[in-house]
Amino acid sequence: MQLIQLIIDGVASGCIYGLVALGFVLIYKATETINFAQGDILMLGAFVAYSLIGILGMDYLTGFALTVLIIAVFGFFLDAVVVRQIIGQPAFATVMLTIGLGFIFRGFASIYWGTDIFSFSTPFSGKITEFNGLIISYVNLSIIIGTAILMSALYFFFTFSKIGVAMRASSENQLAAYYMGIPVKFIFSLIWSISAGVAAVAGVLLAPITLVDTSISLIGLKAFAAAVLGGFGSIPGAIVGGIIIGIVEQLCGTYENYLFEGVREISAYLVLILTLIIYPRGLFSDKAEVKKV
Amino acid sequence: MRFIFKTKYSQDINIAKHNGDRFWYSLLILIMVALPLVLDDFYLGEISYICILSIAGIGLMILSGYTGLASLGHAAFLGVGAYTHAFLLTNGIPFYASIPIVIVVSFLVGAAIGIPILRLTGMYLAIATLALGFIAEHVFIKWEHFTGGNRGLPVPQPEFLGMSFYDSVFFYYVCLVFLIAAMFAAINILRSPTGRAFVAIRDSEIAAQSLGVNLGLYKALSFAISGAFTGLAGALLAHYIGYLAPDIFNIFLSLTLLLLIVVGGMGSLHGTVFGAIFVGFLPQLIAICRDYLPSSIGSQPGLEPMLFGLILVFFILYEPLGIYGRWMKIKLFFELFPTYKRQTFKKQKVFTKSDRV
Repeated sequence: MQLIQLIIDGVASGCIYGLVALGFVLIYKATETINFAQGDILMLGAFVAYSLIGILGMDYLTGFALTVLIIAVFGFFLDAVVVRQIIGQPAFATVMLTIGLGFIFRGFASIYWGTDIFSFSTPFSGKITEFNGLIISYVNLSIIIGTAILMSALYFFFTFSKIGVAMRASSENQLAAYYMGIPVKFIFSLIWSISAGVAAVAGVLLAPITLVDTSISLIGLKAFAAAVLGGFGSIPGAIVGGIIIGIVEQLCGTYENYLFEGVREISAYLVLILTLIIYPRGLFSDKAEVKKV
Repeated sequence: MRFIFKTKYSQDINIAKHNGDRFWYSLLILIMVALPLVLDDFYLGEISYICILSIAGIGLMILSGYTGLASLGHAAFLGVGAYTHAFLLTNGIPFYASIPIVIVVSFLVGAAIGIPILRLTGMYLAIATLALGFIAEHVFIKWEHFTGGNRGLPVPQPEFLGMSFYDSVFFYYVCLVFLIAAMFAAINILRSPTGRAFVAIRDSEIAAQSLGVNLGLYKALSFAISGAFTGLAGALLAHYIGYLAPDIFNIFLSLTLLLLIVVGGMGSLHGTVFGAIFVGFLPQLIAICRDYLPSSIGSQPGLEPMLFGLILVFFILYEPLGIYGRWMKIKLFFELFPTYKRQTFKKQKVFTKSDRV
């Protein structure tokens, strides 16, 4: 029973990793760049939600929707104004650029909102439900359900909507998409905005657990493990990878005595390194393989 | 405009291209040697720190600037060097024996890390090194027997050549000698076939491979050499700090090293020194900025990461070749005056290069 309890907690935190990893994957699939600032965008999302709900006193759902909208627009212009300029430069330049952007966001957040730890009230805070002796908090439930809703929405968007199909086409082959009359640059900025929006969702869902401060941007780094494990470039892979990482982390935390001290904090990175060494394609890889020497 | 009339192929790899180089670099070394006559202890300490940063920068430059492999976890090597050095000194090994051991250990650690993860390319490598940096930081905290854990580890300051490391003039000379030696070693590595292979790998892996460069071997070698330089810098840093705590070697230090080589100029050894001077004086620069900004912004702790990020983004977008690149442009302007054309360094339009097969 304790094991199931752990797994449920792991799935909830894993969903957050999965959502952030989803942001990496969307951007990577389309533009072959990795956004190292994804965790910082998540942090911005949590802070904006704090401003709207905690300070301005908006209704939770309205504040949630408005936060996602604001961050999505922000993501759009981030690509259109800054990131687009370095297309075609070596991977190193993108890595450094997005790391620099992450620092700017974090610095901005700590200047604008301050370095205190904030929280805002949600309809889920402090409530739990019991089911066959399992204790499930409403917060965890909200994360799992929120992720499920978002995933199905994205699935339908990419499968049935015209823009979604255009996005898949641009990811598949930029030049061919361009010849078919798809505005590739605009589509890429839209992908950035979706990815930022997803990060904002994760940030708002996470806020009741970790509270809001600048250190939550570190989740972005753990989400790399999720993305790599799922095979960079696969959307379901990102979520599955995230859930696996979440569960592994919970298990390592509980059975720390059998392993070694402090294994919980680095378990995600250990999984990441092991995946890269043993099976760098990841679980759900598509044709975007890791080149081997 | 200076024309160098080459009569032998070996002239291509001369260290000094012409007498002007010889004159200016000798003058620079003379000035550096004479500095303690005019500067007080505080500035000597700062310049020693810049020398240490330059050595670490050389290490990262060989890996990232010359071999084209990004490392986001290079603070780990600084940590390995610093802790190994402190551990050896504590156990009574003299300074002159400890330094070579540190270099060998960091070289081996670099190779050990390099061999498994160098099958990865591009951003996968960046992610893997980032994770390794975190794991290394964690090891420094948890391996208490060796590192003292969170309590920290005091660094012994032994006598060396009858002088003490507490003497800032002596420490300055030690750092300077190691910087000159490291620079000389790096120049020689880079003009040897090994260094040429590194550059070939950076420019095109496929072309390098077709010319018979063993990619796995040379990438691992680059990692190991880079680790050795950075480890040496770590040993000196241990003396500079005096007391080692694991949170010194965090991701922020790794990113500072990257900032150093990006601001200095990717792919040039001059760049490491320029970058080290910049990074070394960055805290002072920020302090000056704080004075000029309104106090509501100036007193914020978030200002430092923000400026850090802004500088990084600015250089990546507008001056990808860094300070050294800007210097080359200015030099060319005067050499070609009045026929310099802006278009010489115009960014070419490029398309996304795909890693996909």
